Amino acid sequence: MQEISLNILDVTQNSITAGASLIGIDVVTRGSELTVEIRDDGCGMTEEQAANVTDPFYTTRTTRRVGLGIPFFKMAAEMTGGSFSLRSQKGVGTTVTAVFDTSNIDCMPLGDIGETIFLLVTQNECDFVYHREIDGRSFTLDTRELREILGGIPLSQPEVAAFVKEYIAENSPDGREITEREIR
Amino acid sequence: MKSLEELRALKEQMQGKMGIRHDSDTDIKVVVGMATCGIAAGARPVLAAFTDELAARGLNHVAVTQTGCIGICQFEPVVEVFAKGQEKVTYVKMTAEKAKKVIEDHIVNGKVVTEYTIGANLNNR
Repeated sequence: MQEISLNILDVTQNSITAGASLIGIDVVTRGSELTVEIRDDGCGMTEEQAANVTDPFYTTRTTRRVGLGIPFFKMAAEMTGGSFSLRSQKGVGTTVTAVFDTSNIDCMPLGDIGETIFLLVTQNECDFVYHREIDGRSFTLDTRELREILGGIPLSQPEVAAFVKEYIAENSPDGREITEREIR
Repeated sequence: MKSLEELRALKEQMQGKMGIRHDSDTDIKVVVGMATCGIAAGARPVLAAFTDELAARGLNHVAVTQTGCIGICQFEPVVEVFAKGQEKVTYVKMTAEKAKKVIEDHIVNGKVVTEYTIGANLNNR
């Protein structure tokens, strides 16, 4: 994995597989600290599963003996001097939190978080609340709000998906960051 | 700047016309492997290329879906194309560029891009 946003895409797939109906994704930048939190109301894990999930040689799959998504995410955060935590309750859901020190030379770039969020919200049936914040400037995308406006039209409908892509790019503070840099 | 007001207007516009896609109307399914192995190998731009290019061409009869690891991680990004009445085609080591060619040749013109298939890549993993 070469971008934090790819880790986010990967770890969020776990929430989708867990049958979540609502997934919260927070990506908050405060100075050089980047906090990523992914919350779901999926099936959750037993205490034993939750304790073992950061072990790359633990998986509930039977097809092979490794499960690397969470270990990669944990490693990416910890090698910047940051932290990682996972809380889960069977039948309630799972929350994964990773803190990165972006000033550390070992911190991978956040990468194209817009593309990650765009693909997640338009290619899946469950709802998302995405919150992006950079030093107080924030943007929140709630797919429940979009679905209410759309009636029965799916978010994957090409015209709608194209709108969502633009909407994220134009309203997210990441977008403004780029514009400001270009102006300078 | 895009606002939700615009989405409301878009919805009004769309309600008047046909062409809302339902999965039952689709006769071609494109499945992109989006497990850790796929994502690490570059599946995200491949998935984005399929959704963008299909939308740009207005190909509403094609559904794009995702799957987990299918067990051939060394060939990721892997894309499977299921067309009605045809055998499944497995494309390997995909890129956004290759995705566009698969849409052009296979999905639009019905000609499998043999050089990207797993059969053509078994000897150069």
